[in-house]
Amino acid sequence: MTQLALVIDLNTCVGCSACVTSCKEWNTSGQAGPMTDMMPYGEDPHGTFFNRVQSFEVGTYPDTQMVHFPKSCLHCEEPPCVPVCPTGASYKRKEDGIVLVDYDKCIGCKYCSWACPYGAREIDEKQKVMKKCTLCVDRIYDQSLPESERQPACVLACPADARIFGDVHDPDSEVSILIREQGGYALMPEWGTRPANHYLPRRRQEMHIHPDELERADNPLAKEDLKIDEKDVTSVDGFGGW
Amino acid sequence: MHPAFSVIFLTTLIGVGQGLFLALFTGQLYSLARLVPLQDSQTFYAWGSALALVFLALGLFASFFHLGRPERAWRSAARWRTSWLSREVIVLPLVMGLIALYGLAHWMEFTRPLFTVSNVLPVDLTLLLGLAATAATFLLFICTGMIYASIKFIREWATPLTLLNFIFMGGASGFALATFYSLFAAPSLIKMYGIWTIILTITAFVLRLVSLWRNAHGSHISTIQSAIGVRHPKIVQKTTGGMGGSFNTKEFRSGSTPERIRQAKWSFVLLVFVLPPLLLTTALSIHSAPLLALAFAVQMIGLIIERWTFFADATHPQNLYYQSM
Ligand code: SF4
Ligand code: SF4
Repeated sequence: MTQLALVIDLNTCVGCSACVTSCKEWNTSGQAGPMTDMMPYGEDPHGTFFNRVQSFEVGTYPDTQMVHFPKSCLHCEEPPCVPVCPTGASYKRKEDGIVLVDYDKCIGCKYCSWACPYGAREIDEKQKVMKKCTLCVDRIYDQSLPESERQPACVLACPADARIFGDVHDPDSEVSILIREQGGYALMPEWGTRPANHYLPRRRQEMHIHPDELERADNPLAKEDLKIDEKDVTSVDGFGGW
Repeated sequence: MHPAFSVIFLTTLIGVGQGLFLALFTGQLYSLARLVPLQDSQTFYAWGSALALVFLALGLFASFFHLGRPERAWRSAARWRTSWLSREVIVLPLVMGLIALYGLAHWMEFTRPLFTVSNVLPVDLTLLLGLAATAATFLLFICTGMIYASIKFIREWATPLTLLNFIFMGGASGFALATFYSLFAAPSLIKMYGIWTIILTITAFVLRLVSLWRNAHGSHISTIQSAIGVRHPKIVQKTTGGMGGSFNTKEFRSGSTPERIRQAKWSFVLLVFVLPPLLLTTALSIHSAPLLALAFAVQMIGLIIERWTFFADATHPQNLYYQSM
């Protein structure tokens, strides 16, 4: 069985929100209708997003790190949001494990959003139906796109390559290898939701700079830096010359 | 959680309707056992059922305001196998239908025994319908309660106390209404209903105190560390993303101060549990109709505050991701 998912590398995410804007751009232009923004230029702007980048300060100043944390639906393998839906509008696809909402069936009761511990679902204030990340289901199978572009919009947009898309059930996929070898973890494992999306942890970053790396012995420019006091130099020229 | 008035009215109003029906049927059982005099089918049971239906219908009406797309409400009966909400959507009309039939059977005076159980218990149509409606009524309490109690990570709701509270508070308010109603329709039952109202109210009080205590002392399982998977004791959220407010910053918050919620708790304790038994005892001893009406009205207002607090007091782990804008 296939379970498509994202792996998000918190070590490389710089919090630029390129994924947020490209997600919104792609999904607001799709067949499903716009992702409504309410009062976008007003005092209290309010809008529907599938994906948000949040920032957390870890530690006490000055020993702090900023963790930028992109969050969208995790396409849980045991999604608590699905069985609670009274209409069947919320469902998990058997073929690829994507959790979707059928906007034509949803009655906007919001019960599924209560049942998601991650806050990954947002109601569209205009259409009055529940919305969430679709893993760009309308891109990834589109045969008219070149194969390299059959990926979620957020993945294509990320300049830091912090988002990787693939099948987490295939042990040889890039995402599975990353999860296995780089400590990929799930959010809130305590609820047994088994999120398909995984996060790669921050790693310790240290640079070891050897003096040689600053002043290389074979640096051709090093000559110009040399300052030599002529007096101290004895050379064969000083002896027995003309 | 954000307290929505649609759901507050839905749960309190159907609670009264269910409780009132249970009171009526209790009256029928009592008279069957000859503990109280027989009541007139039409003036007492039929009109009483109609009154219960009014409350159930008002609750149903309120529930539509909770839906973004009420015109599609019919779809919500589809997933009864997995969803308690879907089950409630089916059982509520079922309860209403059975109570309507029960009232109708009384109205048509279908009270001739169909058969007699071991020569002592005459069984008529109203008794059979009443039993079915009682079962459906309890099922409805369970469905309504489980909608909340089944969300395991909202710790304030995920307890059998939620179910018991819905049952006993609905029961108490329904019996309080029955006490007032019987003053006009069946004065000989008034004492029985009054005493039951007090018993149910006190039981509900004890249960609600336990749940208040539990909520005040429970600890949350999810933490900011498990939410983002960073193992460090000090993590402070700086932004939820540069996009202002969202559904997630509104729906999952009470929108009130802790002080306000504390006041609400004291108010409903007083209005639901303390004042009504006092008013009832006084009303029963001096036979005062206005006091009986007051007891029911005070309890209803209190129940609306109680349900508001039920939502406002509940915390959702998604708020860990939405701590500062
Ligand atoms: S992250 Fe939330 S909305 Fe997405 S599948 Fe899991 S529980 Fe459902
Ligand atoms: S809001 Fe829509 S998708 Fe969510 S539970 Fe209700 S009907 Fe289902």
